[in-house]
Amino acid sequence: MEKVIFYILAIIMVAAAIAAVSSRKMLRSVIYLLFVLIGAAGLYFQMDYNFLAAIQLTVYAGGVVVLIIFSVLLIHHIEMKLEVAKKSRQAMSALLCLLGLSVFLATIYAHPFEVAGVSTTTTTAEIGRALLSFEKQGFILPFEVISVLLLSAMIGAIVIAKGGRAIKQPPLQKIDPEKLLKDLKKEVTEEKVPEEEIGV
Amino acid sequence: MNSISNIIDWFINTGVLNMALIALIYLTVFALLGLFLVLLERKVAAWFQLRIGPNRVGYLGLFQTIADALKLVSKELTGTVKADKFLYNLAPYFVIVTSLMALAVFPFTKDLQAFDINIGIFFLIAISSIGVIGILLGGWSSNNKFALIGAMRSGVQTVSYELSVGLSLLTMVILTGSLQLSEIIEVQKSGWLIVQGHIPAIIAFMIYMIAGTAETNRAPFDMVEAESELGAGYHTEYSGMKFAYFFLAEFINMFIIAAIATTIFFGGWLSPFGITESLPWMGLFWFLVKTFVLVFLMMWFRWTFPRLRVDQLLTLEWKYLLPINLVNLVLMAVIVWLNLTIQI
Repeated sequence: MEKVIFYILAIIMVAAAIAAVSSRKMLRSVIYLLFVLIGAAGLYFQMDYNFLAAIQLTVYAGGVVVLIIFSVLLIHHIEMKLEVAKKSRQAMSALLCLLGLSVFLATIYAHPFEVAGVSTTTTTAEIGRALLSFEKQGFILPFEVISVLLLSAMIGAIVIAKGGRAIKQPPLQKIDPEKLLKDLKKEVTEEKVPEEEIGV
Repeated sequence: MNSISNIIDWFINTGVLNMALIALIYLTVFALLGLFLVLLERKVAAWFQLRIGPNRVGYLGLFQTIADALKLVSKELTGTVKADKFLYNLAPYFVIVTSLMALAVFPFTKDLQAFDINIGIFFLIAISSIGVIGILLGGWSSNNKFALIGAMRSGVQTVSYELSVGLSLLTMVILTGSLQLSEIIEVQKSGWLIVQGHIPAIIAFMIYMIAGTAETNRAPFDMVEAESELGAGYHTEYSGMKFAYFFLAEFINMFIIAAIATTIFFGGWLSPFGITESLPWMGLFWFLVKTFVLVFLMMWFRWTFPRLRVDQLLTLEWKYLLPINLVNLVLMAVIVWLNLTIQI
């Protein structure tokens, strides 16, 4: 049963990954990518690592993909298609991909994977304790460093959104309705058109 | 013949059959529930506007929405020529599948729970954050300006209000010390959480209801499908059953928001003061009563408040709800730390 689900997930992920890079419509690529990410979450669920799976769904599927979709919506029209690259470039990237794939496969096959005996679920409480403990197995330092990084990113975003100095605008003049009316009346009386010309 | 019986045996032994049966029952029950929620909404709207509402089909109009559903099933599925067909057809399934998935984790009684996952609340938040992708896709692939604007608004709204929903639930998790829904209800045997956590819990509940209403794109936060501005918003180009999926998902999402509030704040299937503790099946009754009171509250919002503007919506979230929520989180932590909770 678990094997069947694993193979279904694996096939979906590989097919979606290939489709994501070969599709010529941008938003479709994003959706294929989403399938890959959801498939990865499914694998985590299968490993009984529910917390990581939910993180995968919230952060990647719900957060990152939504942001990518947003940027695509802003810059891309539905009738646009991506250009097909030149033959030489295609060959070049195929070679590079093969090289990368061979490195990965060599590493994976060289690694002796051991079958885990008894698997236990990592609970959320354990993750929380590990993140905040400062003893040997604790992760308090990386946790704090990452929060400082996020804080600086937030401040950066605010600075960028605020822009440099605000463009100076001339202060709006106070409008005095009575004065305005007087001026208008003056103009009208000064430009008095002879009544004969209008032909009254 | 042998191979067929082998396959059948495999289905029974591996539990696939059980899974399929449970899924089928859930689907049927909640599709019907969604239909009756639509009817309830129309009745409540009629009541608020001093009308009678649907009263022709069946006794008191009880079969009105079932007739509507049959009509939607038999309608032609139209589509636009210039739409991106693949994404256009995919979008409704994202929305309906995510909202149906969320229903699996609710404990309706002590024993009636399809999937008691150990990260309960977090799973619900994760699943609900995917539904918005369906709305964005539907809006973009229809190749329609109104649909696109509706989808963009929906994205902005859901991404911002998700934070408030998550944080207000996190406030309550401090009290329970667990994310698992069955354990959260176990904790509430010594008082519903809204009583146990008193002031911060009430604040969290109010923020949760506001943000939850916004996340389901219901009035007064229905800029996504503001009829007077956008036609019908992101599902302008959908017809027949595909439109029905969006529509049904909206109502099921409303039920989910109310059911989460029931489970987290009001003790889920626990009866008030334990009056029916000896009858476990009464849990379902109490769960549904509490949920429908909250659903009615959301309908009350809808027919009372005028629609917000987009800037007001974002100001409300980022300048009011989020800071209040963060302070509330600290307040709750202090109260739990000093043991100031009310235990019955």
